[in-house]
Amino acid sequence: MNNKSLIKDSLIFLGVLVAAALLLFIFPEKKDAAAATAWRYLLEMMAILPAVMIIMGLFSVFISKEQVVKYLGKASGAKGPLVAILFGTLPTGPLYIVFPLAAALIKKGARVSNMVVFISAWACIKIPQELVELEFLGFKFMGTRLLLTIFFVILMGLLIERLVGGKNTKAGFQSIRRKET
Amino acid sequence: MSPVVALINVLAVGCLVFALFKDRKKARQSLLAAAKSFLRILPLVLMIIVIVGLFSAFIPPSQIMKFIGDQAGWSGILAIAALGAVLHIPALISYPLAASLLQSGAAIASVAAFITTLTMVGVVTLPLEIKELGLRLAVLRNGLSFIIAVFIALIMGIVL
Repeated sequence: MNNKSLIKDSLIFLGVLVAAALLLFIFPEKKDAAAATAWRYLLEMMAILPAVMIIMGLFSVFISKEQVVKYLGKASGAKGPLVAILFGTLPTGPLYIVFPLAAALIKKGARVSNMVVFISAWACIKIPQELVELEFLGFKFMGTRLLLTIFFVILMGLLIERLVGGKNTKAGFQSIRRKET
Repeated sequence: MSPVVALINVLAVGCLVFALFKDRKKARQSLLAAAKSFLRILPLVLMIIVIVGLFSAFIPPSQIMKFIGDQAGWSGILAIAALGAVLHIPALISYPLAASLLQSGAAIASVAAFITTLTMVGVVTLPLEIKELGLRLAVLRNGLSFIIAVFIALIMGIVL
């Protein structure tokens, strides 16, 4: 499946490249501007991307799912959302593994609010991602967005817990059981 | 080389050296995983770079300003937030695109809305989320995330 999507993406890239070449062939006066911009972004990406991938690779191999489950399961009280954010931001894997992970944790008794925070942090505040944002969009943009995201995500976790029902985890548990039956 | 590029690379080398001392086999495994995910994302990165190049040459800033600039207002923010929610592209490659849009006159709020919904709301991953966490939780999380993203974007537009 992985290879298939790599081939698909490569074909899409080739398609875009051919389209770009045609377009620039028709409008040769645009060629210099397009090439200069593309070249600048290419250099910037290539200076960053290998390092980002190495950091992500290291974390995903060295921090196991079991460790994440262990720490998140323990965290409670005010520490809960902070630990959820911390473990969400560690670059330990792609988005699709966080859903079953969160479901398993709710079944084990983790608070719904913390799991919502965990999923959201996992999806949108990965540490290497933040560094790339810092490079391309600057400190003010990245810092403001990060703080606002953390604040609102914790708020959303509490709100969803309310809406799904009660402070306890029974509601989350039931909603998961419901889809099983 | 910008300080951030230097920081990321120093961080990567530091982590790698530490990992090598800790567990050589696992470190090698990590490097292999890194090489794989690098290859995996490469076509998309190259594609976005070509698109950014074309954008900058063909779409005049006045057009970008009209649709997602400061005067575009609510409709621009909502439209680009919806686009971010539906698109399923890695956040990593959205940053160069976002930077080029900002440079051509897009509003900060629009760019913030796009990046935030892109990562926080996942229409493509929604079926999986529903399957694992139940309909209510998944729909609530994505729906509220969309609203939050618009809030974050508006606040960023005001303070920055």
